Amino acid sequence: MIYIYYLLVLGFLATAAIGLVASWIDRKVTARVQYRVGPPILQPLIDIVKLLGKETLIPAGSSKITFLAAPVLGFASVVVVSTLLWLNNINFNQSFLGDLIVVLYLLTLPSISIIIGGFASRNPLASIGASREMKLILAYELPFILAVLVPVIQSGFSIKLGEILNFQAQNGAIIGSLSGVLAFIVIAMCIQAKLALVPFDMAEAETELIGGPLVEYSGSGLAMYKLTKNMLLFVLPFFCMILLMGGFVFSGIHIFYGILKYIGLVALITVIRNTNPRVRIDQAVRFFWGPMTIIAIVAVILALNGL
Amino acid sequence: MAKKTIVPIGPYHPLQEEPEFFTLTVEGEKIVDIDVRVGWNHRGIEKLSESKSFDQSTFLVERICGICSTSHPFAYTRAVEDIISIEVPERAKYIRTIIAEGERIHSHLLWLGLAGHFLGYNTVYMWAWKLREEILDVMEILSGNRNNYAMFKPGGVRRDINPDDIPGVVKKIDSIIPTLVMLKKAVIDDPVLHARTKGVGVLTKEDSISYCALGPTSRASGVARDIRKDCPYGVYDKLEWDMIVTQNGDVFDKLLVRVLETFESIKIVKQCLKDLPKGEIDAKIKNIPPGEGIGHIEAPRGECFHYVLSDGTNRPARHKVRAPTFMNLPTYKATVIGETISDATIILAAIDPCYCCTERVAVRTLKGKKIYDGQDLVKLSQEKTQKIKDKMGIK
Repeated sequence: MIYIYYLLVLGFLATAAIGLVASWIDRKVTARVQYRVGPPILQPLIDIVKLLGKETLIPAGSSKITFLAAPVLGFASVVVVSTLLWLNNINFNQSFLGDLIVVLYLLTLPSISIIIGGFASRNPLASIGASREMKLILAYELPFILAVLVPVIQSGFSIKLGEILNFQAQNGAIIGSLSGVLAFIVIAMCIQAKLALVPFDMAEAETELIGGPLVEYSGSGLAMYKLTKNMLLFVLPFFCMILLMGGFVFSGIHIFYGILKYIGLVALITVIRNTNPRVRIDQAVRFFWGPMTIIAIVAVILALNGL
Repeated sequence: MAKKTIVPIGPYHPLQEEPEFFTLTVEGEKIVDIDVRVGWNHRGIEKLSESKSFDQSTFLVERICGICSTSHPFAYTRAVEDIISIEVPERAKYIRTIIAEGERIHSHLLWLGLAGHFLGYNTVYMWAWKLREEILDVMEILSGNRNNYAMFKPGGVRRDINPDDIPGVVKKIDSIIPTLVMLKKAVIDDPVLHARTKGVGVLTKEDSISYCALGPTSRASGVARDIRKDCPYGVYDKLEWDMIVTQNGDVFDKLLVRVLETFESIKIVKQCLKDLPKGEIDAKIKNIPPGEGIGHIEAPRGECFHYVLSDGTNRPARHKVRAPTFMNLPTYKATVIGETISDATIILAAIDPCYCCTERVAVRTLKGKKIYDGQDLVKLSQEKTQKIKDKMGIK
């Protein structure tokens, strides 16, 4: 019973609320940088509610069940991931062995759901977008997993998030070490790609592909994708905090630090997306397989040597 | 062999606000062929112009393009003045030059913003347009309008510039220069922007000459062609300014040419405001004799050409317009094939296309088929109307 409570209240409601606020911060800061006024705080929520009330159109000739199931797949996986992350943060011992691997798998699912949805919609632009998304996953997963190895190695080869957090509670945050800094750089870039934000938004490139895989989605399907993306804006920085920055500690001044860490990460994402143009997919693959993978490998070697 | 797919850009596409239709044939992400169709928004401006008086036509041609709204009246009034062979008063020439260059600044800034937007760089988009607002304010002080200035008339200009406004205008122009320099550095030194634009969509010098590319599109390919230098009008020959020519012909060079030209235009406007002579602003034309005249000027996108035929009445007997995009759009075929879909949009944007200015009726002829003349087209149109009427049951 307690797990259903976690799933609903923390995994869904809290994550969605924080994600929507974060997306508002992102939009507001972007607007201020660009001499615009920006939306009111409830705007992300209003967008979702409005989309839920719209008609869902299914393109002729598309695979109906796949088309409708794809957004649910991505959404469900984000809810499960965020539940797991919250569980670990509240009590180190509440989770199970190997939850890190489960989280890594589940974090790929939103992107895969976008690919499935794009191909199911039978639109040439959506197909191109989906194929770009596929190449992008292949590009960033390698350095991402390598970088995740750094906290695993430092915490004494533990693949349990709770133990990584426990290690950091006793020995200080992993980002304090050299390998931790390198891992952070790689993970920050991978988060940008996982969130499909500029410079890695080539899958949805609105001026080239009119939204790519999402071009045929309307109504609740689109709302679900948008909500998934907003929730990822919470889940991914949160995952990064757990791995490298000691997570979110619920006591006294540490709550304030936790909020600060999170807002800092969101601000970093916003700054990167506002100071770069979109890169081409081949450039993105080269970027992740070249410099990012090398940095990640160096970080792993340093971590193995205890740096 | 990879399977060929068709990717449409248009007829309505968020890329551009105008209707246009490009059919890209792609293999994977690579473009192997392209079909261009324009003509979705034909407005019949040339025909309309024949039913308006010479003065009214000035306002009509001003509405050909929303962005370079001064280049068309400028070319048109020069064509009319060419028929009469009169000189425009000196002060009017200066005012015309100021307005034309102010327009070039705002047009290039608008393009820079859009180019940023097409690359997903929305910060540049908003910053460039914010700067453009200041220039529009300047134009409002000078002419009373932010766009469509209505300053031109055959023989001179319609309004004088108030000398009291000039210090304020110069101050306003000076105030945007630091931000413009910063924006220029941000755009020109950005390594990611280099990766996206350098070596992309190269228009070689030979291609540029054989396609007769105009304006910044040709100057970026190393063809030093600028009507303001080659065939000076207004007061361009009396001012000190440089023609910007770069050699590579890629998207980055086209961007560079436009950004640097903005600075040259600021230089020109400031010189004109400083040297503005006193005197008449209108040559007071009474009658237009029969004859024909041409007027061509350097619009922000390239040479804008007008031909006017007068039969002695108060209306043009024939008015022909050639907007710069008409010559620049075909270069798209030379630049885009072999590139990827990601680059297709920015290569297209790099010529600064303006389809609605270019729209005209074109009749394609195949071998052995006859060419339609005006009467045939009228007949075709009547037949089609009749068909639609029959179909809908209208008598």
